[in-house]
Amino acid sequence: MMMTIEEELIELVRRTSCEIPSDVRTALERAFRREEKGSPAKSVLRTILGNIALAAEGSVPVCQDTGTLTFFVDFSLRRKVTVGKIKAAVREATRLGYLRKNTLSPVSGRSFDDNTCDGAPVIHYGDYPKKDGKAQVTLVMKGGGSENMSRQYSLPDAELAAGRDEEGVKKCVLDAVWRAQGYGCAPGVLGVCVGGDRAAGYETAKAQLLRPLDEKASKLEKELLEKANSLGIGPMGLGGKTTLLAIKIAERPRVPASFFVTVAYMCWALRRRTIWLG
Amino acid sequence: MARLKYPFGEKEVRSLKAGDTVSISGRIYTGRDKLHKFFADGGALPVDFRDGALYHCGPIVVKGANGEWQVKAAGPTTSVRENPYEPDFIAKSGVRIIIGKGGMDGATLAAMKRHGCVYVQATGGAAAVSAASVRRVAGVSMLDEFGAAEAVWHFDVENFTGVVAMDSHGVSLFDSVRESSRRRLAGLFGAR
Repeated sequence: MMMTIEEELIELVRRTSCEIPSDVRTALERAFRREEKGSPAKSVLRTILGNIALAAEGSVPVCQDTGTLTFFVDFSLRRKVTVGKIKAAVREATRLGYLRKNTLSPVSGRSFDDNTCDGAPVIHYGDYPKKDGKAQVTLVMKGGGSENMSRQYSLPDAELAAGRDEEGVKKCVLDAVWRAQGYGCAPGVLGVCVGGDRAAGYETAKAQLLRPLDEKASKLEKELLEKANSLGIGPMGLGGKTTLLAIKIAERPRVPASFFVTVAYMCWALRRRTIWLG
Repeated sequence: MARLKYPFGEKEVRSLKAGDTVSISGRIYTGRDKLHKFFADGGALPVDFRDGALYHCGPIVVKGANGEWQVKAAGPTTSVRENPYEPDFIAKSGVRIIIGKGGMDGATLAAMKRHGCVYVQATGGAAAVSAASVRRVAGVSMLDEFGAAEAVWHFDVENFTGVVAMDSHGVSLFDSVRESSRRRLAGLFGAR
Protein backbone atom coordinates (compact mmCIF):
# COMPACT_ATOMS: atom_id res chain seq x y z
CA MET A 1 0.00 0.00 0.00
CA MET A 2 1.30 3.45 -0.86
CA MET A 3 1.97 5.74 2.05
CA THR A 4 0.83 9.34 1.86
CA ILE A 5 3.47 12.05 2.07
CA GLU A 6 2.37 12.75 5.64
CA GLU A 7 2.84 9.10 6.58
CA GLU A 8 6.22 8.95 4.83
CA LEU A 9 7.38 11.98 6.82
CA ILE A 10 6.16 10.67 10.19
CA GLU A 11 7.91 7.39 9.43
CA LEU A 12 11.07 9.31 8.52
CA VAL A 13 11.01 11.08 11.89
CA ARG A 14 10.29 7.84 13.76
CA ARG A 15 13.09 5.90 12.13
CA THR A 16 15.59 8.75 12.40
CA SER A 17 14.89 9.02 16.13
CA CYS A 18 14.79 5.28 16.88
CA GLU A 19 17.32 3.72 14.49
CA ILE A 20 21.04 4.36 14.19
CA PRO A 21 22.30 4.14 10.58
CA SER A 22 24.20 0.94 9.79
CA ASP A 23 27.51 2.69 8.97
CA VAL A 24 27.50 4.32 12.41
CA ARG A 25 26.59 1.08 14.15
CA THR A 26 29.38 -0.75 12.31
CA ALA A 27 31.89 1.90 13.43
CA LEU A 28 30.71 1.53 17.05
CA GLU A 29 30.96 -2.27 16.85
CA ARG A 30 34.51 -1.94 15.54
CA ALA A 31 35.34 0.42 18.41
CA PHE A 32 33.85 -2.03 20.92
CA ARG A 33 36.12 -4.82 19.64
CA ARG A 34 39.17 -2.57 19.86
CA GLU A 35 38.73 -1.46 23.49
CA GLU A 36 40.34 -3.43 26.28
CA LYS A 37 38.42 -6.04 28.21
CA GLY A 38 37.14 -4.79 31.54
CA SER A 39 37.79 -1.10 30.72
CA PRO A 40 35.17 1.65 31.26
CA ALA A 41 35.42 2.25 27.48
CA LYS A 42 34.33 -1.30 26.71
CA SER A 43 31.50 -1.07 29.22
CA VAL A 44 30.27 2.24 27.80
CA LEU A 45 30.33 0.88 24.23
CA ARG A 46 28.51 -2.28 25.33
CA THR A 47 25.77 -0.09 26.82
CA ILE A 48 25.65 2.03 23.65
CA LEU A 49 25.28 -1.02 21.39
CA GLY A 50 22.67 -2.53 23.70
CA ASN A 51 20.82 0.76 23.66
CA ILE A 52 20.83 0.89 19.86
CA ALA A 53 19.28 -2.59 19.70
CA LEU A 54 16.72 -1.84 22.42
CA ALA A 55 15.63 1.44 20.81
CA ALA A 56 15.16 -0.14 17.38
CA GLU A 57 13.24 -3.11 18.81
CA GLY A 58 10.92 -1.02 20.94
CA SER A 59 10.62 1.83 18.45
CA VAL A 60 11.70 4.30 21.13
CA PRO A 61 14.15 7.19 20.71
CA VAL A 62 17.83 6.26 20.84
CA CYS A 63 18.46 9.39 22.92
CA GLN A 64 15.99 11.50 24.87
CA ASP A 65 17.56 14.65 23.42
CA THR A 66 15.91 14.38 20.04
CA GLY A 67 17.74 17.56 19.19
CA THR A 68 17.38 20.15 16.49
CA LEU A 69 15.58 18.71 13.50
CA THR A 70 17.05 19.78 10.17
CA PHE A 71 15.34 18.71 6.95
CA PHE A 72 17.08 18.84 3.57
CA VAL A 73 14.44 18.64 0.86
CA ASP A 74 15.18 18.50 -2.84
CA PHE A 75 13.89 21.60 -4.57
CA SER A 76 11.90 19.48 -7.06
CA LEU A 77 9.76 18.24 -4.15
CA ARG A 78 8.83 21.68 -2.86
CA ARG A 79 5.15 21.41 -3.86
CA LYS A 80 4.81 17.91 -2.44
CA VAL A 81 6.90 18.11 0.72
CA THR A 82 5.75 21.49 1.93
CA VAL A 83 6.67 23.29 5.14
CA GLY A 84 3.12 22.68 6.33
CA LYS A 85 3.35 18.93 5.77
CA ILE A 86 6.72 18.68 7.48
CA LYS A 87 5.40 20.58 10.50
CA ALA A 88 2.30 18.39 10.67
CA ALA A 89 4.52 15.29 10.67
CA VAL A 90 6.69 16.73 13.45
CA ARG A 91 3.61 17.50 15.55
CA GLU A 92 2.30 13.97 15.14
CA ALA A 93 5.71 12.38 15.82
CA THR A 94 5.91 14.46 19.02
CA ARG A 95 2.46 13.31 20.10
CA LEU A 96 3.52 9.70 19.53
CA GLY A 97 6.62 10.12 21.74
CA TYR A 98 9.23 9.81 18.98
CA LEU A 99 10.34 13.36 19.80
CA ARG A 100 10.74 15.10 23.14
CA LYS A 101 9.02 18.42 23.72
CA ASN A 102 12.30 20.01 22.86
CA THR A 103 11.64 23.43 21.37
CA LEU A 104 11.90 26.45 23.65
CA SER A 105 11.39 30.16 23.29
CA PRO A 106 14.99 31.33 23.89
CA VAL A 107 14.65 33.83 26.72
CA SER A 108 11.40 32.94 28.47
CA GLY A 109 12.15 29.22 28.12
CA ARG A 110 8.51 28.62 27.27
CA SER A 111 8.05 25.30 25.48
CA PHE A 112 6.51 25.03 22.02
CA ASP A 113 5.04 21.72 23.04
CA ASP A 114 4.50 20.35 19.53
CA ASN A 115 8.06 21.19 18.42
CA THR A 116 6.92 23.59 15.72
CA CYS A 117 7.08 27.38 15.52
CA ASP A 118 8.62 29.99 13.26
CA GLY A 119 12.08 28.48 12.71
CA ALA A 120 11.40 24.94 13.93
CA PRO A 121 12.02 22.51 12.47
CA VAL A 122 14.83 23.84 10.28
CA ILE A 123 14.00 23.19 6.63
CA HIS A 124 16.35 23.69 3.67
CA TYR A 125 15.20 23.36 0.08
CA GLY A 126 18.11 22.82 -2.28
CA ASP A 127 19.60 20.97 -5.19
CA TYR A 128 20.74 17.65 -3.71
CA PRO A 129 22.03 14.48 -5.40
CA LYS A 130 19.34 12.27 -7.02
CA LYS A 131 19.18 8.47 -7.06
CA ASP A 132 17.47 6.47 -9.83
CA GLY A 133 15.53 9.54 -10.85
CA LYS A 134 14.24 10.01 -7.33
CA ALA A 135 14.76 13.05 -5.12
CA GLN A 136 15.68 13.06 -1.46
CA VAL A 137 14.29 14.19 1.84
CA THR A 138 16.98 13.91 4.50
CA LEU A 139 16.52 14.47 8.20
CA VAL A 140 19.29 15.02 10.75
CA MET A 141 18.64 15.15 14.48
CA LYS A 142 21.45 16.68 16.51
CA GLY A 143 21.31 16.93 20.29
CA GLY A 144 22.29 19.94 22.36
CA GLY A 145 25.11 18.25 24.29
CA SER A 146 27.07 17.75 21.10
CA GLU A 147 26.03 21.07 19.55
CA ASN A 148 27.45 22.84 22.61
CA MET A 149 30.85 21.31 21.76
CA SER A 150 30.96 22.75 18.23
CA ARG A 151 33.39 25.63 17.82
CA GLN A 152 34.69 28.14 15.34
CA TYR A 153 38.30 29.34 15.22
CA SER A 154 39.71 32.36 13.48
CA LEU A 155 43.29 32.04 12.26
CA PRO A 156 45.79 33.12 13.32
CA ASP A 157 45.03 32.00 16.86
CA ALA A 158 47.64 33.25 19.30
CA GLU A 159 46.59 30.98 22.16
CA LEU A 160 47.08 27.86 20.02
CA ALA A 161 50.08 29.32 18.18
CA ALA A 162 48.13 28.37 15.06
CA GLY A 163 48.87 30.18 11.82
CA ARG A 164 47.18 30.38 8.45
CA ASP A 165 48.44 27.05 7.15
CA GLU A 166 47.67 23.33 7.32
CA GLU A 167 49.43 23.00 10.69
CA GLY A 168 47.16 25.76 12.00
CA VAL A 169 44.06 23.94 10.74
CA LYS A 170 45.19 20.73 12.44
CA LYS A 171 45.73 22.51 15.74
CA CYS A 172 42.20 23.91 15.67
CA VAL A 173 40.65 20.51 15.02
CA LEU A 174 42.66 18.76 17.75
CA ASP A 175 42.02 21.58 20.20
CA ALA A 176 38.27 21.21 19.58
CA VAL A 177 38.50 17.46 20.28
CA TRP A 178 40.43 18.10 23.48
CA ARG A 179 38.02 20.76 24.69
CA ALA A 180 35.02 18.53 23.98
CA GLN A 181 36.44 15.75 26.20
CA GLY A 182 33.49 13.40 26.76
CA TYR A 183 30.89 16.18 27.03
CA GLY A 184 29.56 15.79 23.51
CA CYS A 185 28.94 12.06 24.09
CA ALA A 186 32.13 10.57 22.67
CA PRO A 187 32.97 8.69 20.54
CA GLY A 188 31.73 11.38 18.22
CA VAL A 189 32.03 12.35 14.58
CA LEU A 190 33.54 15.67 13.49
CA GLY A 191 32.35 17.68 10.53
CA VAL A 192 34.94 20.32 9.68
CA CYS A 193 34.82 23.30 7.34
CA VAL A 194 38.06 25.06 6.42
CA GLY A 195 37.31 28.55 5.15
CA GLY A 196 34.00 30.19 4.29
CA ASP A 197 32.37 33.01 6.23
CA ARG A 198 31.12 32.30 9.74
CA ALA A 199 27.68 31.16 8.60
CA ALA A 200 28.92 28.99 5.74
CA GLY A 201 31.48 27.53 8.13
CA TYR A 202 28.89 26.10 10.50
CA GLU A 203 26.48 25.08 7.75
CA THR A 204 29.16 23.29 5.73
CA ALA A 205 30.72 21.65 8.79
CA LYS A 206 27.34 20.28 9.82
CA ALA A 207 26.57 19.08 6.29
CA GLN A 208 29.69 16.86 6.41
CA LEU A 209 27.90 14.74 9.00
CA LEU A 210 25.68 13.50 6.16
CA ARG A 211 28.64 11.74 4.52
CA PRO A 212 28.85 7.97 5.06
CA LEU A 213 31.42 7.03 7.68
CA ASP A 214 32.75 4.16 5.58
CA GLU A 215 33.72 6.25 2.53
CA LYS A 216 37.44 6.58 1.86
CA ALA A 217 39.10 9.12 4.13
CA SER A 218 41.47 11.77 2.80
CA LYS A 219 45.08 11.87 4.01
CA LEU A 220 44.31 14.80 6.30
CA GLU A 221 41.16 13.16 7.68
CA LYS A 222 43.07 9.96 8.39
CA GLU A 223 45.96 11.75 10.09
CA LEU A 224 43.68 13.85 12.29
CA LEU A 225 41.53 10.86 13.29
CA GLU A 226 44.63 8.96 14.40
CA LYS A 227 45.93 11.93 16.36
CA ALA A 228 42.53 12.63 17.95
CA ASN A 229 42.23 9.03 19.10
CA SER A 230 45.79 9.12 20.48
CA LEU A 231 44.56 11.69 23.05
CA GLY A 232 42.97 8.80 24.97
CA ILE A 233 39.81 10.68 25.97
CA GLY A 234 37.70 7.66 25.11
CA PRO A 235 33.98 6.88 25.16
CA MET A 236 32.13 9.37 27.41
CA GLY A 237 35.48 10.84 28.49
CA LEU A 238 36.38 7.94 30.79
CA GLY A 239 39.54 7.10 28.84
CA GLY A 240 40.10 4.66 25.97
CA LYS A 241 41.20 4.20 22.41
CA THR A 242 38.11 5.57 20.68
CA THR A 243 37.55 9.30 21.07
CA LEU A 244 36.16 9.81 17.56
CA LEU A 245 34.62 7.49 14.97
CA ALA A 246 35.41 9.70 11.97
CA ILE A 247 36.42 13.16 10.79
CA LYS A 248 34.93 14.64 7.60
CA ILE A 249 36.54 17.77 6.19
CA ALA A 250 35.41 20.18 3.48
CA GLU A 251 36.85 23.42 2.16
CA ARG A 252 35.07 26.63 1.23
CA PRO A 253 36.64 29.74 -0.29
CA ARG A 254 37.44 32.63 2.04
CA VAL A 255 38.14 36.34 1.68
CA PRO A 256 41.69 37.56 2.35
CA ALA A 257 40.80 38.99 5.77
CA SER A 258 39.12 35.88 7.18
CA PHE A 259 40.33 32.34 7.81
CA PHE A 260 37.81 30.34 9.81
CA VAL A 261 38.08 26.74 10.88
CA THR A 262 34.71 25.43 12.00
CA VAL A 263 34.17 22.17 13.83
CA ALA A 264 30.73 20.57 14.18
CA TYR A 265 30.80 17.96 16.92
CA MET A 266 28.29 15.14 16.60
CA CYS A 267 27.67 12.57 19.33
CA TRP A 268 27.82 8.81 18.72
CA ALA A 269 24.05 8.90 18.20
CA LEU A 270 24.43 10.27 14.68
CA ARG A 271 20.79 10.24 13.67
CA ARG A 272 20.37 10.84 9.97
CA ARG A 273 18.13 9.21 7.40
CA THR A 274 17.10 9.78 3.79
CA ILE A 275 13.96 8.81 1.94
CA TRP A 276 13.70 8.92 -1.85
CA LEU A 277 10.53 10.15 -3.49
CA GLY A 278 9.56 9.93 -7.15
CA MET B 1 29.20 -4.10 41.47
CA ALA B 2 27.94 -2.09 44.46
CA ARG B 3 24.16 -2.30 44.90
CA LEU B 4 22.62 0.84 46.34
CA LYS B 5 19.06 1.20 47.51
CA TYR B 6 17.21 4.38 48.45
CA PRO B 7 17.62 5.94 51.03
CA PHE B 8 21.37 6.15 50.50
CA GLY B 9 23.38 6.32 53.72
CA GLU B 10 26.39 8.60 54.11
CA LYS B 11 28.62 5.71 55.17
CA GLU B 12 27.83 3.54 52.16
CA VAL B 13 28.20 6.50 49.78
CA ARG B 14 31.57 7.39 51.31
CA SER B 15 32.72 3.80 50.86
CA LEU B 16 32.45 4.15 47.06
CA LYS B 17 35.59 4.82 45.02
CA ALA B 18 35.98 6.41 41.59
CA GLY B 19 35.83 3.65 38.98
CA ASP B 20 33.32 1.49 40.92
CA THR B 21 30.31 0.28 38.98
CA VAL B 22 27.05 0.78 40.83
CA SER B 23 23.49 -0.41 40.47
CA ILE B 24 20.87 1.91 41.92
CA SER B 25 17.37 0.90 42.97
CA GLY B 26 14.49 2.81 44.52
CA ARG B 27 13.46 6.43 44.22
CA ILE B 28 15.45 8.95 42.17
CA TYR B 29 14.39 12.44 41.09
CA THR B 30 15.25 14.23 37.86
CA GLY B 31 16.35 17.86 37.95
CA ARG B 32 18.29 19.95 35.49
CA ASP B 33 18.84 23.56 34.39
CA LYS B 34 15.53 25.11 35.46
CA LEU B 35 15.44 23.37 38.85
CA HIS B 36 18.99 24.51 39.65
CA LYS B 37 18.32 28.11 38.66
CA PHE B 38 15.01 28.12 40.55
CA PHE B 39 16.77 26.81 43.66
CA ALA B 40 19.63 29.31 43.36
CA ASP B 41 17.07 32.12 43.07
CA GLY B 42 15.61 31.10 46.43
CA GLY B 43 12.87 28.70 45.32
CA ALA B 44 11.90 25.88 47.69
CA LEU B 45 12.78 22.38 46.42
CA PRO B 46 9.59 20.53 45.43
CA VAL B 47 10.81 17.18 46.81
CA ASP B 48 13.06 16.05 49.66
CA PHE B 49 16.49 15.16 48.29
CA ARG B 50 17.94 14.16 51.69
CA ASP B 51 19.82 10.85 51.29
CA GLY B 52 18.42 10.76 47.78
CA ALA B 53 19.59 10.87 44.18
CA LEU B 54 19.38 13.73 41.71
CA TYR B 55 19.40 12.71 38.06
CA HIS B 56 20.44 15.31 35.47
CA CYS B 57 17.91 14.18 32.93
CA GLY B 58 15.18 15.56 30.69
CA PRO B 59 13.20 12.48 29.78
CA ILE B 60 10.54 11.78 27.20
CA VAL B 61 7.46 10.81 29.17
CA VAL B 62 4.06 10.34 27.59
CA LYS B 63 0.69 9.64 29.11
CA GLY B 64 -0.60 6.18 28.12
CA ALA B 65 -4.20 5.33 27.31
CA ASN B 66 -4.71 4.23 30.93
CA GLY B 67 -3.62 7.67 32.16
CA GLU B 68 -0.29 6.40 33.53
CA TRP B 69 2.99 8.06 32.68
CA GLN B 70 5.26 6.02 30.42
CA VAL B 71 8.97 6.72 30.13
CA LYS B 72 10.13 6.46 26.54
CA ALA B 73 13.68 7.75 26.89
CA ALA B 74 15.62 8.88 29.94
CA GLY B 75 19.38 9.22 29.40
CA PRO B 76 21.56 11.77 31.20
CA THR B 77 22.11 15.36 30.14
CA THR B 78 25.45 17.21 30.39
CA SER B 79 26.08 18.05 34.05
CA VAL B 80 28.67 20.79 33.61
CA ARG B 81 25.96 23.44 33.17
CA GLU B 82 24.94 22.97 36.80
CA ASN B 83 28.47 23.64 38.14
CA PRO B 84 27.61 27.14 39.39
CA TYR B 85 24.71 25.81 41.49
CA GLU B 86 25.68 22.31 42.57
CA PRO B 87 27.94 22.91 45.61
CA ASP B 88 25.18 24.88 47.29
CA PHE B 89 22.57 22.36 46.20
CA ILE B 90 24.59 19.53 47.75
CA ALA B 91 25.15 21.46 50.98
CA LYS B 92 21.51 22.46 51.45
CA SER B 93 19.58 19.52 50.01
CA GLY B 94 21.53 16.65 51.59
CA VAL B 95 21.59 14.77 48.27
CA ARG B 96 23.93 11.73 48.24
CA ILE B 97 24.13 10.73 44.58
CA ILE B 98 24.22 12.92 41.51
CA ILE B 99 23.74 11.09 38.23
CA GLY B 100 24.65 12.72 34.94
CA LYS B 101 27.21 12.76 32.20
CA GLY B 102 30.49 14.52 31.58
CA GLY B 103 31.35 15.21 35.22
CA MET B 104 31.49 18.41 37.25
CA ASP B 105 34.06 20.93 38.47
CA GLY B 106 36.44 21.16 41.40
CA ALA B 107 34.06 23.14 43.59
CA THR B 108 31.43 20.42 43.20
CA LEU B 109 34.04 17.73 43.90
CA ALA B 110 34.99 19.59 47.10
CA ALA B 111 31.34 19.82 48.15
CA MET B 112 30.96 16.09 47.55
CA LYS B 113 33.94 15.41 49.80
CA ARG B 114 32.64 17.69 52.51
CA HIS B 115 29.04 16.51 52.58
CA GLY B 116 29.36 12.86 51.50
CA CYS B 117 28.08 12.65 47.95
CA VAL B 118 29.20 10.92 44.73
CA TYR B 119 28.77 11.54 41.03
CA VAL B 120 27.63 8.59 38.94
CA GLN B 121 28.15 8.70 35.21
CA ALA B 122 25.36 7.16 33.17
CA THR B 123 26.07 6.51 29.50
CA GLY B 124 25.11 9.58 27.49
CA GLY B 125 22.59 8.92 24.78
CA ALA B 126 21.72 5.47 26.13
CA ALA B 127 18.17 6.61 26.71
CA ALA B 128 16.39 3.36 25.96
CA VAL B 129 18.57 1.41 28.39
CA SER B 130 18.01 3.99 31.13
CA ALA B 131 14.28 4.15 30.45
CA ALA B 132 14.05 0.37 30.72
CA SER B 133 15.28 0.56 34.33
CA VAL B 134 12.43 2.89 35.35
CA ARG B 135 9.80 0.59 36.85
CA ARG B 136 7.27 3.27 37.68
CA VAL B 137 6.74 7.00 37.46
CA ALA B 138 5.55 7.76 40.99
CA GLY B 139 4.80 11.40 40.28
CA VAL B 140 6.03 14.67 38.86
CA SER B 141 6.65 18.14 40.29
CA MET B 142 6.90 21.52 38.55
CA LEU B 143 5.49 20.13 35.31
CA ASP B 144 3.58 23.31 34.47
CA GLU B 145 6.33 25.62 35.68
CA PHE B 146 9.34 23.92 34.02
CA GLY B 147 7.80 21.91 31.15
CA ALA B 148 8.07 18.15 30.59
CA ALA B 149 11.79 18.05 29.72
CA GLU B 150 12.79 20.08 32.81
CA ALA B 151 10.23 18.94 35.37
CA VAL B 152 11.17 16.98 38.50
CA TRP B 153 10.08 13.42 37.72
CA HIS B 154 9.82 10.90 40.53
CA PHE B 155 11.21 7.65 39.13
CA ASP B 156 11.24 4.30 40.92
CA VAL B 157 14.15 2.49 39.29
CA GLU B 158 15.58 -0.98 39.44
CA ASN B 159 19.21 -1.71 38.66
CA PHE B 160 19.98 1.64 37.10
CA THR B 161 23.70 1.21 36.39
CA GLY B 162 26.56 3.64 36.10
CA VAL B 163 30.17 4.28 37.00
CA VAL B 164 31.26 6.32 40.04
CA ALA B 165 33.25 8.98 38.21
CA MET B 166 33.69 11.40 41.14
CA ASP B 167 33.87 10.09 44.68
CA SER B 168 33.72 11.67 48.13
CA HIS B 169 37.51 11.43 48.55
CA GLY B 170 38.31 14.12 46.01
CA VAL B 171 38.99 11.78 43.08
CA SER B 172 37.54 12.48 39.62
CA LEU B 173 38.13 10.15 36.68
CA PHE B 174 37.44 13.07 34.35
CA ASP B 175 40.28 15.11 35.85
CA SER B 176 42.82 12.35 35.23
CA VAL B 177 41.68 11.84 31.60
CA ARG B 178 41.68 15.61 31.03
CA GLU B 179 45.22 15.92 32.40
CA SER B 180 46.67 12.99 30.44
CA SER B 181 44.98 14.13 27.22
CA ARG B 182 46.30 17.66 27.80
CA ARG B 183 49.85 16.31 27.96
CA ARG B 184 49.32 14.26 24.79
CA LEU B 185 47.86 17.26 22.96
CA ALA B 186 50.88 19.35 23.98
CA GLY B 187 53.08 16.56 22.60
CA LEU B 188 51.25 16.64 19.25
CA PHE B 189 51.53 20.43 19.07
CA GLY B 190 55.24 20.36 19.89
CA ALA B 191 56.68 22.49 22.68
CA ARG B 192 54.29 25.28 23.65
